[in-house]
Amino acid sequence: MTDDARTSPIRVLIAKPGLDGHDRGAKVLARGLRDEGFEVIYTGLRQTPEMIADAAEQEDVDVIGMSILSGAHMTLLPRVAELCRERGMDDVLIAAGGIIPDADVTKLKAIGIGEVFGPGTSIGQIARYFREHARRPT
Amino acid sequence: MSDLVPLLAGAVAGERRALARLLTAIEGDAAGIRKLIPSLFAASRGAHLVGITGPPGSGKSTLVNALVSVWRRRGRRVGILAVDPSSPFTGGAIMGDRVRMMEHAADLDVFMRSMASRGELGGLAGATWIAAAALDAAGYDPVLVETVGAGQSEVEIARLAETTVVVEVPEMGDEVQAIKAGLLEVADLIVVNKGDRPGAELAARQLRAMLSSAGGRITRQPPAILTTTALSGEGVEALADAIDAHRATARAPQLATQRARNQLRRAAAEIGVRAATAHPDWDNLVEAVAERRVDPVTAAERLLGD
Repeated sequence: MTDDARTSPIRVLIAKPGLDGHDRGAKVLARGLRDEGFEVIYTGLRQTPEMIADAAEQEDVDVIGMSILSGAHMTLLPRVAELCRERGMDDVLIAAGGIIPDADVTKLKAIGIGEVFGPGTSIGQIARYFREHARRPT
Repeated sequence: MSDLVPLLAGAVAGERRALARLLTAIEGDAAGIRKLIPSLFAASRGAHLVGITGPPGSGKSTLVNALVSVWRRRGRRVGILAVDPSSPFTGGAIMGDRVRMMEHAADLDVFMRSMASRGELGGLAGATWIAAAALDAAGYDPVLVETVGAGQSEVEIARLAETTVVVEVPEMGDEVQAIKAGLLEVADLIVVNKGDRPGAELAARQLRAMLSSAGGRITRQPPAILTTTALSGEGVEALADAIDAHRATARAPQLATQRARNQLRRAAAEIGVRAATAHPDWDNLVEAVAERRVDPVTAAERLLGD
């Protein structure tokens, strides 16, 4: 078996938890990650934490990326992290982006959100972070 | 290998995470997956394998969503494989079929998996039919395979699925489009979706007029032509009935043999390519072909000779 030919692309779920009205940013990121060679599963707007965890489980993604602008991040993001742990998905990298105050970033990192990307982050930075921190295929 | 056996056992026992991991192993052609295949196929529960294909934007995902609603009301557990294209340049992909299927996102009796085509042509991913066997073993029935948005000749799905549904839209074209060879020819059922649009009935009539008779060397039944409006659900019950009714037809010995022939041909081709690329002389022969010292056909024969 030649293994180099079979390294699968990193699978990323891009989700919009909560009640944000538009998803332009999430779509631009999805497109950018596609161009970086990721397989991106896009879920669309208004996802509950349960829907996101369910999708991540079925799709067996390596990374969950959530975009949130509404201010509900301290409710929704910890719940996703909790559901992932409950389902044995401890090895899934969780990251967030959007409008999230610095004070909350520290708290989010403490409960299992790997990184929080604020406005002005380049897609290259996000791609690099995913490549460095996503689990390796077993 | 060692950790794949429990994954299969878990999937068969209804553990969703195990099934998801098993699908990843199948998709990535993980070490040891070949050895697991006999037990995987032996665990089949005889699910009805249904292909849904048609041009991009014809409403395949929305129609699948509506069909799943109907089957769920009837108490069926539904498995879905949704294939989207991989970039030929980066290998990246965007899989957006979940956007149309949010309704079933939290339903534990629906399992949906997105697959990137990973360089495979024909509208499917290479591992799609093995992934379908895994959903079957896990107790989902029917198993729906939604292809990449297809043009006129992505007919691979019809070689593997028991029932192939081709989804068209009212603007599909005229009677000449309807009699061209290819995709429409392989349909067991043709759906004119977006039935609330002007021209839907006309399109259905044209298709019926052109496709209701098949002769010459064609032995298969002409396809039934249905009209649906996936967004409102209109006509979708009738489509689910027609798909269910086709199951028995598809399992007639002659068609089963045909399918077996296609599966075997596909598997043989895959194994052939695998053997050829793993051959110690592969690189040398690639170079030789590039330098025109040997032709590609002779080189391939050498690689597969013995």
